Amino acid sequence: MAEVRRHRNGPVTYALRLAVVAYLVLLIGWPLALVGTHAFENGTEAIRGIFEDPDMVAALRLTAVAAVVATAINTVFGVAVSLLLVRNEFPGKRVLSALIDLPLSVSPIVVGLALVLVYGGRDGWFGPTLESAGIEVIFSTPGIVMATAFVALPLVIREVVPVLKEVGTEQEQAARSLGASGWQTFWRITLPSIKWAVVYGVVLTLARSLGEFGAVKVVSGNVLGETRTATLAVEEKYLNFDQEGAYAIAFLLASVSVLAILIVSVLRAIGARQATR
Amino acid sequence: MSTVAESRRGIALPALGHDLTRASGIGLGLAMTWFSLLVLIPLAAVMVTASTTGWSGFWSVVTNDQTAAAIRLTVTAAAGVTLFNVVTGTAIAWVLVRDRFPGKWLLEVVIDVPFALPTIVAGLVLVSLYGVDSPLGLHWANTSMSVWLAFAFVTLPFVVRMVQPVLDELEADVEEAAASLGASRFTVFRRIVLPSLVPAIAAGAALSFARAMGEYGSLVLLSGNLPFESEVTSVRILSAIENDNRAGAAAIASLLLLISLLVIVALDIIQRRVARRG
Repeated sequence: MAEVRRHRNGPVTYALRLAVVAYLVLLIGWPLALVGTHAFENGTEAIRGIFEDPDMVAALRLTAVAAVVATAINTVFGVAVSLLLVRNEFPGKRVLSALIDLPLSVSPIVVGLALVLVYGGRDGWFGPTLESAGIEVIFSTPGIVMATAFVALPLVIREVVPVLKEVGTEQEQAARSLGASGWQTFWRITLPSIKWAVVYGVVLTLARSLGEFGAVKVVSGNVLGETRTATLAVEEKYLNFDQEGAYAIAFLLASVSVLAILIVSVLRAIGARQATR
Repeated sequence: MSTVAESRRGIALPALGHDLTRASGIGLGLAMTWFSLLVLIPLAAVMVTASTTGWSGFWSVVTNDQTAAAIRLTVTAAAGVTLFNVVTGTAIAWVLVRDRFPGKWLLEVVIDVPFALPTIVAGLVLVSLYGVDSPLGLHWANTSMSVWLAFAFVTLPFVVRMVQPVLDELEADVEEAAASLGASRFTVFRRIVLPSLVPAIAAGAALSFARAMGEYGSLVLLSGNLPFESEVTSVRILSAIENDNRAGAAAIASLLLLISLLVIVALDIIQRRVARRG
């Protein structure tokens, strides 16, 4: 298809190509490469230093745990809401479908503030009740997980909904008419057909969750070795003039996000090739 | 199949009909409960807390000199960067769809970097090229330019990723007909391609504006948060939170929330208009 549309390559084509490449290199490519070179200025010493510091290991572990839990929650919620939105009619569906996208355009600081106002231990709406039941949300891991889940909420849904719309219900109806239970139909028919969309959604959610900063900063309290996440540690190290350490953690985080993008783009390319075959 | 088992597993069950079955009703209930606890009630709390001081309280918070300056800077930079993205984003999408050259896949990957890169890392990478030790000699850190730069970085993918699929689907024959009738390439673009891209560009612009309005993470290390110079709205909210001035924080936050809501409504209208046409 692309072949047919190709225009002859005039000077405009080359000028546009050059401008786009230059802009992307200056804005993203070059700065990103600099993080790598800064992190390895003294060989692998800076990275080793991170893994030898128990507080930094704790920060990395907390980030990983929060991201995995938030991703698991968002995946189950995302698949369920996608099915509800695509396969059912119910009052308020249009409002729900619009509101689902809200977390993408709310400032992370506002997310943090919103959670503190409701779950804050001292004077939140539900905080004191939860606190007396022994559940601490704000300044603790549950708060970090909630902030992370909030900011990444729509990512799975945005991937799954278009695919669900496209596959339709024929196969599901066939399975049901042959006596499969709803549960069997879901596992054997529906889930396999949206498998890749779920995988993209999970990878994107994981990448987004590992990197959340603003919302986590507000809800975590940033206690060294306890509620300090990896992104908070980047800020702390940079502001304390430990630039090498900051670049080392930044490099680790950046590697994960670039890897996530690469995985998704390779899977998409394979998917597109299979679709055209 | 037993109804008891079905209701217990309810959340993931697909319903085939159009009306809610009992299982998907339970699923809907669970999903809405979680959505309310996580998103709706907390956001409502922001609005309620903001309203406790009344209209005069709200007005005095947002017209405070420093806050007003921050809001002005954020709105100006967000709108400016969005306009810039409308042009560059469309150009980038055009190159990705219509041009072919070795290494193009690398551009595809680079476009998505701002989506996945932690914002604090984004700030750090920008400092390394545009900060004190800039290899380019551009010392933009701690100036209002840094706000424009950070906004341009984090909002880059929105217009590109909305326009790209639409451009990809466009049929070539109308363009070819126009060209064979003597229209220049620019005329073909302006009269034939651009009108079909407008909804996608508008949607991308709305997302880009909303994202820029609330941006925080990428600015922490880059902008220096100097009052009246490079301090944005999110930073004002954070300092109010840190000073334990929750009502003040909520007042500014509700202003941002209102803008987010307007964007959501605009997007919904655009998408509905497109769906009706298509």
